Amino acid sequence: MTALLAVEELSLGFATEAGFASVLDRVSLSIERGRVMGLVGESGCGKTTLARAILGVLPQGSARITGGRVWFRGTDLLTADPAVINRTVRGRAITFVPQDPFTSFNPVFTVGEQIMDILKWKSPGARRPPGRGWLPAVVARYPSDRKRADHDAVLELLDAVQLPRPRQLLRKYPHELSGGQRQRLMIAMALLPGPDLVIADEPTTALDVTIQAQILGLIRRLATERHVAVLLTTHDLGAAYEICDAVNVMYAGQDVESAPVDRFFAAPAHPYTTKLLASLPDADGTANGIPGEVPALIAPPGGCRFHPRCERADGLCRDARPPVDQLGGGHWVRCYHPHREAL
Amino acid sequence: MRRLEMIVSRLAWFVPTLAGLVVIVFLISNVIPTDPVRVLLGENATAAQIEAMRVKLGYDQPLPVQLLRHFQDVLSGNLGISIYSQRPISEDLAQRLPATLELTLVAIALSIVVGIPLGVMSALKRNSFWDHVVRVISVSGLAIAAFWLAMLLQFLFSMKLGTAPLNGRIDGFGPAPVTGFLIVDSLLDWDMESLGSALSHIALPALTLALPAAATIVRFTRAGVLDVINSNHVLYQRAMGLPGSVVVWKYVLRNALISTVTQIGLIFGVLVTNAVVVETVFDWPGIGTFAVQSILQSDHKAIIGFTIWIGALIVIVNLLVDIVHSFIDPRGAR
Amino acid sequence: MSDFRRFTRDRAAALGMALLLALVVAAVFAPILAPFPADVADFHTANRLHAPDAANWLGTDRMGSDLLSRILFGARITITIAFVAVGSAVMIGVPIGLVAGYYGGWPSNLLMRVSDIFLAVPQIVLAIAIAQTLGPSIENVILALSITYWPFWARLVFAETRSLKNEVFIESAIALGVSPLRIMTLHVLPNIASSIIVRTSIGMGATILTAAALGFLGLGAPPPTPEWGRMIAESREFLPEAWWYATAPGIAIFMVVMGFNLLGDGLRDFLDPRIRRGASGK
Repeated sequence: MTALLAVEELSLGFATEAGFASVLDRVSLSIERGRVMGLVGESGCGKTTLARAILGVLPQGSARITGGRVWFRGTDLLTADPAVINRTVRGRAITFVPQDPFTSFNPVFTVGEQIMDILKWKSPGARRPPGRGWLPAVVARYPSDRKRADHDAVLELLDAVQLPRPRQLLRKYPHELSGGQRQRLMIAMALLPGPDLVIADEPTTALDVTIQAQILGLIRRLATERHVAVLLTTHDLGAAYEICDAVNVMYAGQDVESAPVDRFFAAPAHPYTTKLLASLPDADGTANGIPGEVPALIAPPGGCRFHPRCERADGLCRDARPPVDQLGGGHWVRCYHPHREAL
Repeated sequence: MRRLEMIVSRLAWFVPTLAGLVVIVFLISNVIPTDPVRVLLGENATAAQIEAMRVKLGYDQPLPVQLLRHFQDVLSGNLGISIYSQRPISEDLAQRLPATLELTLVAIALSIVVGIPLGVMSALKRNSFWDHVVRVISVSGLAIAAFWLAMLLQFLFSMKLGTAPLNGRIDGFGPAPVTGFLIVDSLLDWDMESLGSALSHIALPALTLALPAAATIVRFTRAGVLDVINSNHVLYQRAMGLPGSVVVWKYVLRNALISTVTQIGLIFGVLVTNAVVVETVFDWPGIGTFAVQSILQSDHKAIIGFTIWIGALIVIVNLLVDIVHSFIDPRGAR
Repeated sequence: MSDFRRFTRDRAAALGMALLLALVVAAVFAPILAPFPADVADFHTANRLHAPDAANWLGTDRMGSDLLSRILFGARITITIAFVAVGSAVMIGVPIGLVAGYYGGWPSNLLMRVSDIFLAVPQIVLAIAIAQTLGPSIENVILALSITYWPFWARLVFAETRSLKNEVFIESAIALGVSPLRIMTLHVLPNIASSIIVRTSIGMGATILTAAALGFLGLGAPPPTPEWGRMIAESREFLPEAWWYATAPGIAIFMVVMGFNLLGDGLRDFLDPRIRRGASGK
């Protein structure tokens, strides 16, 4: 089965005052239709940057892509016509659930208006975007029959995400809603255009702990029901365990391991992954950290970027990036000295 | 409800603020260790003349009594008699107010129409050549002395090029006075000749006032737009593929405009400040020239009257701006 | 890269500093730099209203005095007014704001209401009233400007102190028993210092413009003091022929105010680039 989305050796960096920061180094990733893929790593490992690179919304001016491809439905998103991508891919085939639902809503418009605007341009019923070619998009008309149909679809989906009294809710402003309500709205907005892939960037980080589980469960349920693939970035291994079908681990801009969720937690191969899992607090509350620090990306360590903190590292690890080592069952790792344990 | 509370509380503070202003202005003129009567009459006045004038102007009464009388006078609209025109000061001010208001409003309109689009474009094309040009002009606009700019424009366009009249508000008798706003009255009277004359006369002074105001608006709008452009909600809309023109001209613009509206009060204060000197240069018959004439004649009461009127005007405008802001910003009253 | 180098890389700020340096040099070395230093007081009516030439680089004024020399000496007046007026406003307003913000309570609120009244009216309006009452002189201009400016600083520092008071590090200092004076000077003040510095620079520019306007209106020093605003007022009746008379002092004012504005902007970018570049006020 060909993957829905395949990131191939993507490298990019940011120009900063102190030099060029290599934020992603030949990262590869593939997601199948209808599967929930977790992207796990510490803050600063590049997962959000990868998400933004796939969507094509990197910071203009300072970001530079230095290599690689992003294949989606047979097209390389990096080299295709940006206008076509904006119309057909963004907000339609690939949608987005942001990390902070509060700041992701424009505070001076009602949530209803913002949702309907998304649908005006991105609803599945819109075969051709409204408006004439030469007039600026902002003055385009919203055909009233489609508008009514879209409005009904919105109410239906607000129900599906368990938001009470949808009609009144749509008339409210973002600051009048709770964090959980806002994130449910975001999930609804991500599903309304009927996407193939939803990129959820740490969707529960900004929420209360009690709400986190609800939101995660909601994402999982809806994704399965609608056969939508999800790329879920998170630093929370527990969340990955709960709802992901497969997990990818990133460290300092490099991808280090990928496995189906059961194998991942049962038999992690990469030294970083094993340390990450070991760092989860024990039943009695003791937690073990990982010695050392995440490297700066201006002059990162050569080869495998984890080698300064790895007790298994040798000269080989320093010199060259480890190639992909297939361990079977969809489990691969980039390491010269992985843990090999029998299941 | 919060909006109503805000309006009510601001209105409640309006009266004490004005009262405080009256007190302060009164104290300024009476508690400072210079005898205003002596200043009024000049160096060569005899003691007898000074004493006579003191009694005439009521300066011989104890201070609290004077303050009370002052309040009574102000409340009844009696600000004294202008030395120059020998008419009640409030009458003079009332007659001249429309001229100043018309000038100020035209200047604000100009500065908004020019300033906001320039600020938006400057932010969108950040650090481009045009951005730098706009920023240089706006920084310069805030460094030029208004009276000097007035003289410069007058020199260039009126004296040298002859494309604008030298001074005054209009040639000839003008339209039938209804509102006191010559432009409005000309239109009401359908007096095209007066309209043309009024417009050509208001052009240079309005331009002079508009430049620093536009510079301020450009700066604030640019900063506001930049702020919003880098926000998470713009990122979200971009990520969801909303067309760029919708993101900018519907969403970003409104955020930036809302923050600009809060600055209108500040800008109005700047405009009034500059109007005083600009009116003088163009011989514009507004309350600015009234103030200047009163200064030249050491007409103390007139200066006090002018101060109170201007103070009240600005407080009212700020209140109106806050009310408008509370309506257009759903995050609630400030 | 050292901080100073980073600051001077901002070309606008560097230009601002250069302009201000020129101002200081002009003021300090006026007696040496001026071709006709005596023209501050002397006049030569035979020489009046001459266009710029080799002898008088900027021309002469209505009394025949050399404009360049008068402008250089006028720089002294400008600097004096700016530094004394702004300096005293800051030195009065900041402590008042600190104390009021720290202690709170009804006296502080009352004080702030009074400040609000001052701030409700443009500075020049009250300054005109004060200067006119006191009579025309440089000292009275400075007095009028300081009286009308200190409430701005009091208000600013009050608001910042009040919000800082809720910060944890202040709360813990109070809990540790640190004296209020030490808290205000060693904990609060350093945190608001950058804001004060930036606004001081911009405030100098604004003060110079206001002072020039007062001089233009005849409320500054009487002649023959070479105050730039008054010189522009004097030049009015000789336009359009004697164009140099109005031009030179106007450009001088422009350059000085530009200098302070550019420096202030540069300081703002340098000291805290994350400060919202929105409300700059004065």
